[in-house]
Amino acid sequence: MIWNESKECMPREDIIALQGARLKKQVDRVYHNVEYYRKKMQEVGLEPGDIQSIEDVEKLPFTTNEDLAKAYPLGLLAVPRSEIVRIHATSGTTGKPKIGAYTRRDIDIWSEGVARCLAMSGVTRDDIVIVSYGYGLFTGGLGAHYGAEKIGAMVIPVSTGNTTKLINMLIDFGATAIACTPSYLLHIAETLEKENLMDKVKLKCCICGAEPWTEEMRTQIEKRLNIKAFDIYGLTEMMGPGVASDCEYHAGLHVWEDHFLPEIIDPATGKHVPEGESGELVMTTLTKEGLPLIRYRTRDLTSLKYEKCECGRTMARIQRFKGRTDDMLITKGVNVFPTQVEAALLTIDGTTPHYMMIVDRVDNQDTLEVQLEVEERFFSDEIRGLEELAGKVRGALKTAIGLNAKVKLVEPDTLEHSQGKSKHVIDKRKLYE
Amino acid sequence: MFVKQLSIFLENRAGRLDDALKILKDNGINIISLSLADTSDFGLLRLLVSDPEKAKQVLKERRFSAQLADILAIRIPHTPGSLSGVLGSVTAAGINIEYMYTLSVGGGDANLALKTSDQERTAEIFKEQGIHTYSQEEFS
Ligand SMILES: [Zn+2]
Repeated sequence: MIWNESKECMPREDIIALQGARLKKQVDRVYHNVEYYRKKMQEVGLEPGDIQSIEDVEKLPFTTNEDLAKAYPLGLLAVPRSEIVRIHATSGTTGKPKIGAYTRRDIDIWSEGVARCLAMSGVTRDDIVIVSYGYGLFTGGLGAHYGAEKIGAMVIPVSTGNTTKLINMLIDFGATAIACTPSYLLHIAETLEKENLMDKVKLKCCICGAEPWTEEMRTQIEKRLNIKAFDIYGLTEMMGPGVASDCEYHAGLHVWEDHFLPEIIDPATGKHVPEGESGELVMTTLTKEGLPLIRYRTRDLTSLKYEKCECGRTMARIQRFKGRTDDMLITKGVNVFPTQVEAALLTIDGTTPHYMMIVDRVDNQDTLEVQLEVEERFFSDEIRGLEELAGKVRGALKTAIGLNAKVKLVEPDTLEHSQGKSKHVIDKRKLYE
Repeated sequence: MFVKQLSIFLENRAGRLDDALKILKDNGINIISLSLADTSDFGLLRLLVSDPEKAKQVLKERRFSAQLADILAIRIPHTPGSLSGVLGSVTAAGINIEYMYTLSVGGGDANLALKTSDQERTAEIFKEQGIHTYSQEEFS
């Protein structure tokens, strides 16, 4: 079902005209209301009048993670503080959390975005939707919740952390849709199978996001639960889930171009790549009032398709993600950078040891193993001493990234030594192939 | 009074024990005693060798994690209760035994290697009780 046909199926030239008008207005707003953006524009000699259509977007400076950190928490606010009705934030394990600050209208538009995505997955007002994303600072729970309520579905806000309760709700209320991470859904499927409860489940679809997942996982989810599985995309700093999602043709994620302007750039030069080619996804919020982002570099590598989709929608489609421009890992739904692991290891004895992070997916659960070379300074001739070392490392990692990692001690020189940070990561999940 | 024990960190993967032993052999180092302690993930090889310093050096050159530690090596008669008697007097003195293993040296008697929380005091206790404590020279 198409939630908002007049927007979702707009002719391309109308989309371009609407985006141009909204971009012009947004740039004017941030220039006059946000000192940080004004200064950045002035540095490159740009005035609001220079931006008249989306052709002009390339003139605008990028907004990066570093900008967000510098402007933390509310340095990019484009409205008086009193207009903000809600705050969300990322876990912020790498330093400053990234902030979403919403006006009442921002919340409305966000709900609209999620509603479009849910409708695309087949959710209607007759559905019973379990939201099993975390409720709180994380955008997943409340974001999905508001979208489902907007549609008029009955929402059961189970949140995360209690599979037994979730399964009870799922069966007792005859839930027909579920929103959660794909790996968690597979865990639910497994539990249902183990307890012979699958025939009591009335689910027809799931809306999964917050972590990258493979085609194989989609197949598994669809087969084991006998449902249709849909992908939903979003970023807290951009809005939350509901920026884009895939339709029944699974031909990429339709991005709501009336609210977001996506671009693909060459991450090295910052220039646009030819249409259809891969590069870094850059997004501008066209209608966001609270905390607008101008040409925000998502660091996600992908390409865009502009042809009209078989589903009837004209909104551009984000193609399969090919990786990230940085070496961030998303494991167990948590963003992890090698630099964090390095900092944690540094606390053990003040020097950075040789280490390797190995991410895998075993039985559909992400696993993180950190291998550490036993240098002479770590050596103990007692088993207990070595086990204490591994325990210390585990503790430091838990504090730094909030995850329980398996720590494996290995012999010196067995790990690949290099300058490049990415060499500290082996991702065996094959998410981007 | 003490003897130098060489410990080598080994990952639990095939061939690593052989690699370490071959390095020692190629460098003319005799192994007097060998003991392996392991967990599911890694192992600790504890050796008494003819030339501990050299052994450590050649292993390090080949990028093994190796370390030397002072331990006590003793000979006790092969009679019932002799081991518990010896250990009892150590623990009675409030000393913890960090680890202990059988040494594969000597003839009819039992030989033990051990490391305790107070090595000096342990050595004294052994001396008081007339227990033979090996010196490094006896192994070189
Ligand atoms: Zn479509």
